[in-house]
Amino acid sequence: MEAVLNWIQAHIEIIYIVLLSIFLGIEVIGRVPSVLHTPLMSGANAIHGVVIIGAIIVMGKVEPGNYIALVIGFLAVVLGTLNVVGGFVVTDRMLEMFKKKK
Amino acid sequence: MELSLLTLCYLIGSLTFIIGLKMLSHPDSARKGNLVAAVGMAVAIFGTIFLYEEEGKKLGNYEWIFGGLILGTIVGVLAARKVKMTAMPEMVSLFNGMGGACAALISFIEFDHIKDAFAKGITIEIHAGTLITIFLGLIIGSVSFAGSVIAWGKLNGKIKDFAFPGQQIFNLVLLAATLVTAGYLVFNLNAENYWLFYGIAIASLIYGVLFVLPIGGADMPVVISLLNSFTGVAAACGGFLYDNQVMLTGGILVGAAGTLLTILMCKAMNRSLTNVLIGSFGGNKFSGASASQGPQGNYKEISISDAAVCMCYANKVIIVPGYGLAVAQAQHTCHELEKLLEEKGVAVTYAIHPVAGRMPGHMNVLLAEADVSYDKLQEMEQANDEFKTTDVVLILGANDVVNPAAKTDPSSPIYGMPILEVEQAKTVIVNKRSMKPGYAGIENELFFQPKTSMLFGDAKAALQKLVTEIKAL
Repeated sequence: MEAVLNWIQAHIEIIYIVLLSIFLGIEVIGRVPSVLHTPLMSGANAIHGVVIIGAIIVMGKVEPGNYIALVIGFLAVVLGTLNVVGGFVVTDRMLEMFKKKK
Repeated sequence: MELSLLTLCYLIGSLTFIIGLKMLSHPDSARKGNLVAAVGMAVAIFGTIFLYEEEGKKLGNYEWIFGGLILGTIVGVLAARKVKMTAMPEMVSLFNGMGGACAALISFIEFDHIKDAFAKGITIEIHAGTLITIFLGLIIGSVSFAGSVIAWGKLNGKIKDFAFPGQQIFNLVLLAATLVTAGYLVFNLNAENYWLFYGIAIASLIYGVLFVLPIGGADMPVVISLLNSFTGVAAACGGFLYDNQVMLTGGILVGAAGTLLTILMCKAMNRSLTNVLIGSFGGNKFSGASASQGPQGNYKEISISDAAVCMCYANKVIIVPGYGLAVAQAQHTCHELEKLLEEKGVAVTYAIHPVAGRMPGHMNVLLAEADVSYDKLQEMEQANDEFKTTDVVLILGANDVVNPAAKTDPSSPIYGMPILEVEQAKTVIVNKRSMKPGYAGIENELFFQPKTSMLFGDAKAALQKLVTEIKAL
């Protein structure tokens, strides 16, 4: 129990970020028209691809000889990139169609 | 200096995500918003690669990192560019699964370090908080990955609905067992029981599969949106693990926004989230029963030329596009028909059900692709007022969203879902490929009403014939 309390104490900034981000996330898309549900979901999908940063950090810290970790890390980087790049490109393609009439 | 530069990169990243999401929820700024978020993401990624250091040590293995980035980019761009507009939803689901898998794999490697320490007999002190985030990342990431892949398979028809008696209870027990085991390990991890980590991974994958399998295809958008927010939370776990603000804000933002979006989608169908997740409409229960009933009553067919005449001499026509139009890629032909009728002085609009197509807003994207103007698209409430004064309603491959049973039959699985009340119009022409029931697997009494006539055939072929016929008139 004390360990958890200490941990909370040590990460209090992060906990604040989390709490505020939750409300921000809800606020920010609160009034989205249903037309944009799909592109918005797709855009949000690309944003959580930020997990790739974790993959990069983990990969960069693996000792060069540890092949199992290297391969898993490599896979993580590839999948993360797919999520980010694919996500943004698909969203852009959807939104391309919403362009204003000439 | 470099480290504070990285902090700045992360600050920029977090800000662009917030601004990007905000802009994405507005039609005019949406595309720019996506770009803004993408730029912020690039800043955060390259900042991490070149500026990140821990205890004075920079990251290594650049060849592996760049190899992965390049491979992922090429495959990602190709997949995203090549996919058909109609297959967008399953593509999003697949990309979402990739993100979930990425989060789970990070937990694997982090755990690998702990395992190594056990193997070498070194006692290391691990914070309970660190273990909690590793396990959460693993569980949520795996569920999201397995679930997304199943959702992808369901949307493109490769995987059928599947449920067995007591599945809900089995799922709950499985989930509870997984969480309890993880909770136990957090405080009692040692060299004897660390293998349970892999058991948790497998159990999470199985849970992900079983969680999505019984849910009907028509509800997949809601599930994808939910899994999307799961992956957001999994990404945030990584943020905890590395004290990384941009992963945290990005992940939590998506987790929160995704959850709200899921609820908004459920609202559009007038159903609660629990009802979607547990009620499994379109599941075996219902489709089994109604499929055996077969079509009831008589319906009448209409010829292409009759349909053409009927629409040409109408004052007001409303087109109700559905999934049939999407699969047939008929949005362009549909627009052509609309222009032709307008030239003849017929007022033509489109009535868009919130869940027409495969995802909320999907139909709007498809029609926008075909250059259909914005102000021709009417939302459900608006359209329902208009139907009373409408001469002809042309339904193109929509079924459940115009099924009057949703209003009249409390035993119907779609009872309570708001529908387009097309039966109020003078004439209804329904284009369908056959009399087969729609996604919810139920009969539609609308088709048997006297004012309804059926125009069988593929939406695109039928529309083309209609266009030629009207031109000749």
